[in-house]
Amino acid sequence: MNKVWLVIKREYLTRVRNKTFILSTILLPLFFVGFIVASAYFSIKSVEKQKIAVRDDNGIFKSSFQSDKVITYEFPSDVNVNNFKQKGYSAFLQIPNEYNSAQDSISLISEKQLGVTAEEKVRDQINAAIRNKAFLENNINKKVLDSINGIDEEQLYNFSTVIKQGDKTSKSNSGLSYGIGFGSGILIYMTLFIYGAAVMRGVMEEKMNRIAEVIISSVRPFQLMMGKIIGIAAVGITQLLIWIVLIVGLSSIVSASISHDMLQNAQIANGSMGSAANNSAALSFLNTKNEVLQAPWGLIIPCFLFYFIGGYLFYASLFAAVGSVVNEDPQEAQSLMLPITMPIILSFIIMTTAAGKPDAPLSVWGSMIPFSSPIVMMARIPSGSVPLWQIAVSMISLIAGFILTTMLAAKIYRTGILLYGKKVTFREMGRWLFRKS
Amino acid sequence: MDILELQNLKKYYATQKAVDDISFSIPQGSIFGLLGPNGAGKTTLLRMITGIFYPDSGHILFEGKKFDPAKDVLKIGYMPEERGLYKKMKIGEQALYLARLKGMSRTDAEKKIKDWFVKFEMQSWWNKKVDDLSKGMSQKLQFVITVLHEPRLLILDEPFSGLDPVNSSLIKDEIFKLAQKGITIIFSTHRMEQVEEICDKIVLVNKGKKILDGSVKQIKHDCKENIFKVGFEEIPQPFENNVFEIINSKDNFLTVKINTGYNPAAVLQQFLTHNASIISFNEILPSLNDIFIKKVEDTKASRQFEKVF
Repeated sequence: MNKVWLVIKREYLTRVRNKTFILSTILLPLFFVGFIVASAYFSIKSVEKQKIAVRDDNGIFKSSFQSDKVITYEFPSDVNVNNFKQKGYSAFLQIPNEYNSAQDSISLISEKQLGVTAEEKVRDQINAAIRNKAFLENNINKKVLDSINGIDEEQLYNFSTVIKQGDKTSKSNSGLSYGIGFGSGILIYMTLFIYGAAVMRGVMEEKMNRIAEVIISSVRPFQLMMGKIIGIAAVGITQLLIWIVLIVGLSSIVSASISHDMLQNAQIANGSMGSAANNSAALSFLNTKNEVLQAPWGLIIPCFLFYFIGGYLFYASLFAAVGSVVNEDPQEAQSLMLPITMPIILSFIIMTTAAGKPDAPLSVWGSMIPFSSPIVMMARIPSGSVPLWQIAVSMISLIAGFILTTMLAAKIYRTGILLYGKKVTFREMGRWLFRKS
Repeated sequence: MDILELQNLKKYYATQKAVDDISFSIPQGSIFGLLGPNGAGKTTLLRMITGIFYPDSGHILFEGKKFDPAKDVLKIGYMPEERGLYKKMKIGEQALYLARLKGMSRTDAEKKIKDWFVKFEMQSWWNKKVDDLSKGMSQKLQFVITVLHEPRLLILDEPFSGLDPVNSSLIKDEIFKLAQKGITIIFSTHRMEQVEEICDKIVLVNKGKKILDGSVKQIKHDCKENIFKVGFEEIPQPFENNVFEIINSKDNFLTVKINTGYNPAAVLQQFLTHNASIISFNEILPSLNDIFIKKVEDTKASRQFEKVF
């Protein structure tokens, strides 16, 4: 046991002291928050007020058009198609003199495109004006019309979705749980690859440097393999914790330093300008932290840690086995890795379904079978609708799964690590599995 | 007392009998040569002795008791033929790590490493990486790492490959010193002149089987072919006889092979009756190199793949 501890310590310390590790651990959260801040900054900067000149000689629309924070409508009489730019308007809306039917075309003239959302807003205004005109022409009292138009939906009712399981009810927010589920699924998917590949490279390094034989003359191969796997797991947990602390810390500093009002302005502007989707995503990330706090974190965080470690242990020993049979040729590693990467990618595909439909049969089965459960179950858990017995079965099968894969992988590892310069086929590995020690 | 005794060891791979029923013993404190051509099964044999492989059948006795890898490997130092060190790790840390894996305490290991580094003039290496070392330097480091924990049995696989004559003799001296302290050394090589110089006892294996076993002196004696070198003031005229055959003639020397049934005295008698002026008469023992080549050629040198199961 003492020796495994020495191996763990070496694996951990050499990696944590490595410059690339330190840089990537600090830079990734900086990039992440920096990217969000930059896109938020640019979308706030780019709030550009539009002033539209409307030529409405009959005055049909004048009373209905309402300016908002971003688009202002004015009805000057001395502006026409040729001079709206000089007069300081960004667009000119021309309504025919005798506007009456679909044959008469209304045109919005501008030098630069206003953007899809802005055009939609202008059309909404026109539609509302025409509808109002029709109501008035059919003898609807102006007062009644105004009061109907003035109804605010949010003052009339409050809409909420509730999940009911037996006696337990909980508020649900399907968008939020989808986001958290998808996010943690992707995070586990990525970490499986990052740290799994780190285990594989570590084993390959020991084999190619020929140090494996020196170490194995004082430590059992299984101890060496487990020491490496646990050491790298500790590196992974360290890195993950630093990332979480840095991202949460930095983003709260940033969102505290940007006023709420500014964000809202920017969001409205973004909506009306139809700018890139990631900008609005960045803004809502900074804006909706309160909502995020309502998610069942008490369940999510422990489960995340469990599935992160369990999934890693399930696959890491397989990566170690692959590393042990690879010789100098990196392409060989690629083809040998295929049987490991396939189930991980397949679980990712199941996960994309499971995040949206946590109770679909595919999601339920995917979250029980050990090879996909770490990724798929994490996508289901934030919905809050996973029965406890399913979580229990999934966890127990994952534990049994990684004990099994570790035992099988250790058999391949033990032989492979000392086999130099020979290409190993899957058939041969199969034979190693069933050979007694 | 024998420190190590192998009894009918067997290790078969899918296509080869790597070690096929080999038995021998190694006396405590001796320098023992394990010889054999490439692919003879030496490495497999050494890996079983170091507990890396388990034999398919047979027994290993270490210090008179059944070999227990978990405990006994701490008393063994193994320097494999394929040198291995972590390239990116600092040399001092690396030596410390490997010493502690052999069960040494931190302070003990640190002290021993410093002593050896002083002895081999390696003090300035502590914070360097293996990447910065030349092949000979890393060879020296590997030797130090192997002997750090003061093993009772030291196994060296080709310890001088890649070393210049100065460093070779430095390490050779250390090997003799260790042997004087009672440490048993197994020495695996194909360089026969080193074996003749260093080893007390040798075993020759080929194709997984033992073909020679004994002390260097004994083996040379057993393999002698009754060849003598005779020196003259002046080479005598050739003459007919059935006692010996001349196999070489150079300067004032004749090399002769005595025919079976005759002894060296008969040869001298023949020369004396022909009035030859003999000034020297020596027996030529075969070199280990010759014995090695002859014995290995008797069996087919390169292994053929065969079906074992």
